[in-house]
Amino acid sequence: MKILVPIKRVPDPATTIRVLPDGSGIATDNVKWVINPFCEIAIEEALRIKEKQTGEVILLTVGQTTWQEQLRTGLAMGADRAILVKTDAALDQLAIARIIAKVAGDEKPDLVILGKQAIDDDSNQVGQIVAETLAWPQATFASKVEFAGDKCTVIREVDGGLETIAFKLPGLITTDLRLNEPRYASLPGIMKARKKELKEVAADSLGVDLAPKLKIKRLDAPPKRQAGRKVASVEELVQVLHTEAKAI
Amino acid sequence: MNFEMTAAQQEIVRQVRALCANFPDEYWRERDRKAEFPHDFYAAVAKAGYLGVAIPEEYGGSGLGITEAALVMREVAASGAAMSGASAIHLSIFGVSPLVFHGNEEQKKRYLPKVISGEMHVAFAVTEPDAGNDITHIKTAARREGDCYLINGRKVFTTKAREASKMLLLTRTTPFEQVSKKTDGMSLFFADLDPAAVEVRELEKLGRAAVDTNMLFIDNLRASADDLIGKEGRGFHCLLDGLNPERILVAAEGIGIGRAALARAVRYANERVVFGRPIGQNQAIAHPLADVYAKLEAAELMMLKAAWLFDNRKPCGPEANIAKLRAAEAGFEACDRAVQTLGGYGYIRDYDVERYFRECRLLKIAPVSQEMVLNSISEHVLGLPRSY
Repeated sequence: MKILVPIKRVPDPATTIRVLPDGSGIATDNVKWVINPFCEIAIEEALRIKEKQTGEVILLTVGQTTWQEQLRTGLAMGADRAILVKTDAALDQLAIARIIAKVAGDEKPDLVILGKQAIDDDSNQVGQIVAETLAWPQATFASKVEFAGDKCTVIREVDGGLETIAFKLPGLITTDLRLNEPRYASLPGIMKARKKELKEVAADSLGVDLAPKLKIKRLDAPPKRQAGRKVASVEELVQVLHTEAKAI
Repeated sequence: MNFEMTAAQQEIVRQVRALCANFPDEYWRERDRKAEFPHDFYAAVAKAGYLGVAIPEEYGGSGLGITEAALVMREVAASGAAMSGASAIHLSIFGVSPLVFHGNEEQKKRYLPKVISGEMHVAFAVTEPDAGNDITHIKTAARREGDCYLINGRKVFTTKAREASKMLLLTRTTPFEQVSKKTDGMSLFFADLDPAAVEVRELEKLGRAAVDTNMLFIDNLRASADDLIGKEGRGFHCLLDGLNPERILVAAEGIGIGRAALARAVRYANERVVFGRPIGQNQAIAHPLADVYAKLEAAELMMLKAAWLFDNRKPCGPEANIAKLRAAEAGFEACDRAVQTLGGYGYIRDYDVERYFRECRLLKIAPVSQEMVLNSISEHVLGLPRSY
């Protein structure tokens, strides 16, 4: 099976994020960059599918030259080749989705699998827009994926339970947290990754409309949490929850 | 001059960190308390291929250098695994250097793949009760009998003899009195650690209880002539090739432990509030931590220089020595400052810095004492008269 895995580079979840004073973005000095954890899960799932039934895993990302780092990590995990669509512009979700759909149109994978959202802006849109643009079936928030021929069955995590759906390939899956636990690359994997193909394509050469529809006006850090307050008794707690918090 | 790490080196650092994240401080605390070898960790490192980092590709390794091996060891130690983690694996990385450089084709093919896969643990039996830094005075004797050697003697500070099935064993094939050059007449074996002929007695230590250190009583051990490494009588010279890598890796480990200790200390100094402010706001706390950070960085430059020289086939004896001298010192100072920063909690096992402190102390003694490093620099670099 040919699988396309679009991934995103994000700040390490352990990094303390600082908003720039003018609110135009976050301070990126001293930030360690990693593959978005949901994307890592997507790579892992693609590798497991490939290991079960052979095929090819192609990584794709849209960003600056430095994003190669994350592609190399994915190649070291076991992906076969990678494509970097180069741009210095900060593209919105629609533009990113259009690029992914264009590459999918050229590469003709059987499956596109990607993280349900990136932990930086948590927008949770790209997968859905890609599927819609390609007019492919989509299964979002996957916690289990199975194949029988060209039929794919996905268990989705939905509010209040699990939902099982099935579709015919080609299709698109977005991954949830519990789908798998990503592997770390082995040393021989790292060595092999150096020789794998990493193709760079200029974003504006793809003939895709990249004009932003969304403008980030300003970022603000969330307000500092106020300290809690101690109450003397259960009676007082109930009273306060009722009269002040109006929770009960 | 280029200080930038290659893409592969950066990836190795990232991936070793990811691997070690599965073995947090709690894991090492438990191994230390139970004096239990970290089998899961060892297996994970072997499976990910790191034991073969510096072994040539034709024997199943990755054919990288001591620089990459040092980065692996630094990250292992810095994860909080400290010497419990480092000593569990580093003999498979540098301990086999004599085999890699002087072993014959047959020996390399037979043993190196098993070392890389983790199947074969390696012990290092060189030091004797009456011969440490004066290694030429060893008494363990090997006498040729047909296609075997019969070996008798005692060894001390033999690491991992409890786990290992093979040991690098230094012997005298010609007595000290009969050689014209004192470094001649010694022979190195990759010998079986045969329980019928070798009594292993474990020594209790200040730290690193997870990885055993032993006294060996060798009584009529038969070693096949096929397991002689290099030529008979040239054992000391075969061993020498492993010494510089050992010092470089140990330096990297000292730097790693120092970083682990410093990270715990900085976190605590930021969080612990006394007199209405974090203690890290006090310069009496902050400056020693900043100072030790600078010392660790300087030691690392020296370590990387020594590794670079080694990997580029240039002499690196003084540099490897200096790297180990400075790294052992900076690492231990970082651990000591961390204990001090944590105050009473620094002395408590659950806070881990006391474990780093105990384990890091070793590096000022082994594999060579700070004093012998200074002797070597005095004599061989500065040209001062030999003092002993």
